[in-house]
Amino acid sequence: MARLPRWLILLAVIAAAFAVLPLAGLASRANWAELPDQLASPASRTALELSLRTAAAATGLCVVFGVPLGFALAALRGVTRAVLRAVLLAPLVLPPVVSGLGLLYAFGRKGLLGETLDAAGLPVAFTTAAVVLAQAFVAMPFMVVSVEASLAARDGRLEAIAATLGAGRSRILAAVTLPGIGVAVGMGAVLAFARSLGEFGATLTFAGSLEGVTRTAPLQIYLARESDPQAAVALGLVLVALAILIVAAAARPGRRVVQ
Amino acid sequence: MKRAILAVAASFALAGCSTTDAATTHRVTDATASTPAPEEAATVDVYAAASLTDVFTQIADEYMAEHPSIEIRLTFAGSADLAAQINEGAPADVFASANEKQMTVAGDHIDGESELFASNTLTIAVPAGNPGGVTDFASLANPNLAVVVCAPEVPCGAAAVKVEKALGVTLSPASELTNVTDVLGSVASGEADAGLVYVTDLARAKGVEGISFTGSEVANTSYPIAVMTTGDAADASRGFVDYVLGAHGQAALAAAGFARPGSVATDASAGK
Repeated sequence: MARLPRWLILLAVIAAAFAVLPLAGLASRANWAELPDQLASPASRTALELSLRTAAAATGLCVVFGVPLGFALAALRGVTRAVLRAVLLAPLVLPPVVSGLGLLYAFGRKGLLGETLDAAGLPVAFTTAAVVLAQAFVAMPFMVVSVEASLAARDGRLEAIAATLGAGRSRILAAVTLPGIGVAVGMGAVLAFARSLGEFGATLTFAGSLEGVTRTAPLQIYLARESDPQAAVALGLVLVALAILIVAAAARPGRRVVQ
Repeated sequence: MKRAILAVAASFALAGCSTTDAATTHRVTDATASTPAPEEAATVDVYAAASLTDVFTQIADEYMAEHPSIEIRLTFAGSADLAAQINEGAPADVFASANEKQMTVAGDHIDGESELFASNTLTIAVPAGNPGGVTDFASLANPNLAVVVCAPEVPCGAAAVKVEKALGVTLSPASELTNVTDVLGSVASGEADAGLVYVTDLARAKGVEGISFTGSEVANTSYPIAVMTTGDAADASRGFVDYVLGAHGQAALAAAGFARPGSVATDASAGK
């Protein structure tokens, strides 16, 4: 690699320190000897289990619905595609509390679909389903953008060949295209899972906070920081470790993300 | 959503406004007799519980109108957040907590002694029109009602548990939130049929009605205020604290729904 100017290295070091210092701060407040006990506390364990369960369910929704949406978006052209993409990816940058309010006014008891859901015997207010909806809402864009980018990088030659050989649309999709973008779907799923695990604002606003039902690990941390800061730090460190592992898995060097 | 961030904005404390020998500190007992003598210019950073937002803003404006050389800067957040910030070195001149427990948490930094200046009591908040048909505390036990409360770990939740025990009513909350604001949000949006909040919180909530209930007095909380050693304007801070304790401050607090500290049984245990 070419030699870098010193000032650039200095700025990079400052940026790196900025990223690492808060993690060091967390670690400095941890009571390492009691960490296992704090994590074994019923409240922490329940919250972590709920987080893993809901994040897995939300990731499932992102795969089932986000992959088709990515395909549909990739099939569009021009302004329509640009506008639609901007709208569909908005949850990536929306303040989570705004996402939560939106979900509340759509699926809440007084929301657009609230009475319909109630009548159908599927009330979501204060349920675990509300947590999954909140997580899927904020995580879906990761899957959509991942699939769309991967499809945009394909030239369609293999699909065309498969068509000349007599394969139908669904067969081409299942046998040619999907295997081709498998890595992108996997990465989208990993990022969606990570985003779901970290979801806080939309969950609190939309789903509430009740142990074992809606209080995920971030909400437990938010609550514990008042009553038991040590337990909050312990649970926070688990999420930090998970986040680093997930990002490392998603971005292994040398891995081909796009074909 | 993080009012605590305001604390960052409040951290630009003026340096060296006044140096004070504690022995010379002059106590004004009646705020109406506030001294006409020229005052040294000072900025007082007041860290106050979120439930005091409206009334302390009003009291500070009145105080600054009477004392043009003094600037009161207000930082509002949960009492536990504020106590933690003070312990982490935030330059608070005055701390007004919503409970005695959090004043104890920041106890190492109290200059002199803390004094009680107000008290508050729980009430039931329902959406406008009371769609759940709530009548009293016992009616909250109806399993068809979505009732939201503060979590037992935080003061407003501890108060709710105390009332439950005293009245022999067990609630099955739909949600246990971290602060009264989130409880009010759930009720105001109609997502919850009822919530337990403090009387004074109702005043700042739109689309919410209050239903008082007998037995709420077992969970009354007292608000202590103190000058803090973390600040740099002890004289001016003392003046503001005395103003809150004096006739003007007490009138404003009463108008906002707070009761006088001596008029109710205080929550001496202050624990969870």
